[in-house]
Amino acid sequence: MKALLGYLAGLLFGLGLTIGGMTDPARVIGFLDVAGDWDPTLIFVLGGAVVTTFLGYRLAWRRGVPWLVPRFALPTRRDLDVRLLGGAALFGVGWGLSGYCPGPAVASIAGLSAPLAAMLVAMAAGWWLARRV
Amino acid sequence: MASLQGLIGGVLIGLSAVLLMASLGRIAGISGILSGLLWGRPDGDTAWRLTFLLGLVSGPWLVMLIGGGLGNVADSAEAVIGAPVGGVGTMLVAGLLVGLGTGVGSGCTSGHGVCGMARLSPRSLAATLTFVVVAMATVYITRHLVGGMP
Repeated sequence: MKALLGYLAGLLFGLGLTIGGMTDPARVIGFLDVAGDWDPTLIFVLGGAVVTTFLGYRLAWRRGVPWLVPRFALPTRRDLDVRLLGGAALFGVGWGLSGYCPGPAVASIAGLSAPLAAMLVAMAAGWWLARRV
Repeated sequence: MASLQGLIGGVLIGLSAVLLMASLGRIAGISGILSGLLWGRPDGDTAWRLTFLLGLVSGPWLVMLIGGGLGNVADSAEAVIGAPVGGVGTMLVAGLLVGLGTGVGSGCTSGHGVCGMARLSPRSLAATLTFVVVAMATVYITRHLVGGMP
């Protein structure tokens, strides 16, 4: 049952990315390129996702417990530190160079090319490295 | 049209995040889910992380099978998944930075940008502002200052 819910959540996520145009890195770069031919699509994707999640989370939490596990697993830290902001900055450079954040990069496997394969392998290596620094 | 499809896509991503919270009590953070699947010790989360990955990959694939009319990328199936904007060298550097950065910073566009902002988490808000501004600066430098690169 957990595996089925995982699949459905992944499928919804992949469909959302695709329909929102986020599997096209050129469109993502178009959003990030504020001094060029600016493409606002990403704002609509992010806005639609944040508002839906904001409302849905509150409905889910009102029930007190999740359907399939004993409790919600929520981050509790509220402080800002160097790892958080330094990590976000490194991610920002990689995102700006490629137009790929992890979701779209992985979702695009059906259109695999040499540069995308390089992106995915290097990203996996980056995650490995992050667990050791 | 692109803005309407963006909004619909965003709502679907939101529904995915809500489904994962309501059923498994988890944040839909792609970097956390996949990094845990790849490099974490196998545990009770391995199976759903694996099926989440399969679902994520089958989303665009399904749109391609239908013929691409649903996507705002293009109207042809081949163009549903856009081409990378750089070569192998650029992507190796970018991939390493994306993996390392989201790993050390505990989240990416989904975990911090969507789920964290929806939780009104100050850490996620700060992280999201940081990676958006740095990414915009990176694009400005590579597209307008250096030119021709990447």
